[in-house]
Amino acid sequence: MQIRHRLLLTGTAAIGAAGAAAAPATAQTLNVSVNIPRLSVAEYHRPYVAIWVEKEGAAPRSLAVWYDYDKAKGEGTKWLRDVRQWWRASGRALNFPADGVSGATRAPGDQKIAFTAGKGPLGALAPGNYTLLVEAAREVGGREVVRLPFSWPPKPGATVRASGSSELGAVALSFGK
Amino acid sequence: MKARFLIAGALAALSLAGTAQAHRQWMMPSSTTLSGTDSWVTVDAAVSNDLFYFEHFPMGTDNIAVTEPDGATGKIENAAKGRYRSTFDVHLTKPGTYRIANVSTGMMGSYMLNGKQERLPRGTTKDKLASVIPAGATNVQTAEMASRNEIFVTLGAPSTTIFKPSGVGIELVPVTHPNDLVSGEAATFQFLLDGKPASGLKITVIPGGIRYRDALGQIDLVADKDGKASVTWPQPGMYWLNATLGGGREGGPGGEGGPGAKAGEGAPPAPRPQAPAGPPQRRASYITTLEVLAP
Repeated sequence: MQIRHRLLLTGTAAIGAAGAAAAPATAQTLNVSVNIPRLSVAEYHRPYVAIWVEKEGAAPRSLAVWYDYDKAKGEGTKWLRDVRQWWRASGRALNFPADGVSGATRAPGDQKIAFTAGKGPLGALAPGNYTLLVEAAREVGGREVVRLPFSWPPKPGATVRASGSSELGAVALSFGK
Repeated sequence: MKARFLIAGALAALSLAGTAQAHRQWMMPSSTTLSGTDSWVTVDAAVSNDLFYFEHFPMGTDNIAVTEPDGATGKIENAAKGRYRSTFDVHLTKPGTYRIANVSTGMMGSYMLNGKQERLPRGTTKDKLASVIPAGATNVQTAEMASRNEIFVTLGAPSTTIFKPSGVGIELVPVTHPNDLVSGEAATFQFLLDGKPASGLKITVIPGGIRYRDALGQIDLVADKDGKASVTWPQPGMYWLNATLGGGREGGPGGEGGPGAKAGEGAPPAPRPQAPAGPPQRRASYITTLEVLAP
């Protein structure tokens, strides 16, 4: 599972790299840390998690969705609609698996993922105010959305933190070069 | 078997036109918003008082038509009829919005022949009208009726191809897509009567879950000059939407919840809307079930 997950990301990186020629040499990154809480429940399944960016007046952009992408016949996509805010904002307009966006579900703990401006699913960001949203929906469990507002370009050293209370733990957004 | 279906159909028509007036017909899909490329919805279809509890009578499924997102004709599968409700499945394989509809149209009316009033046979259609009125009939009075009970389900992103109006009866045209409804937001729909804006049409919206509350929670809307009406969804859940013209149905005079509803049973009987003294009224009804999601 873990290996396949890496392979998928590698493939994605290659696609991103092909289009990277136009990106500035000092491309900014969005470093996202998502804590998936360890839950003591009788029936536990890893949550489906979507990460996306919204800006007023612009189409939302899906950055990542962690789901059972490798089930036979794409059966894992059946429950994507349960990540319902993301599904309405962006997910329902995508084809799955979505290049550079689809990934495997992740285990409880701190999960990190980075996106590079001008590349891959994040693409170029016009200056302005954005919100990074992280939504988790768990089979036979609950659902939660955490919002992290940020401005672009980011202030040096800025970190945005927020926390969920049930399906998500601490979520942090920092910026790097 | 065929004959039995015909009888069942006639009974269904009878109950729709007459005794079922105090009841509500509905279809309840298992989901309205679906992901993936190959999904199923299962639908309960019934006639009942409380929404959405199957407690009275199953709805017929013989006349249910499925329109796929690209306009092609789909089909229902695994149809079954129980004591209180029917159930059937629809296999969704194309991205976009499907319509699942039970539409019927016809003519009703009467004529005088040899000093006796005769009624048009049930199931008379507009094009057959001339053939069912015998020579020598006088005082011919007819009215059209059209009923539409439909639901929408969407695989992937909502689409609008199927909303091309047929121009018959009451129809809903989305301003807000009926599979894109969220609690706390306003939704606007346009209603047409025979293809033209149904200005002044009264629309009733009732949240499901009636059994577990005292107040009906009915929302009354009136279509504006463009046939448009807006509602802000008070909470997530399934809603039953109904608009009826003529026939004294819900929301209208003599209808349940309307003026004159169940007025003093000991009082002299008011003229029954079903049997008006004057010419029969044009009848049209529209029903849909809408799912409103939590934000």
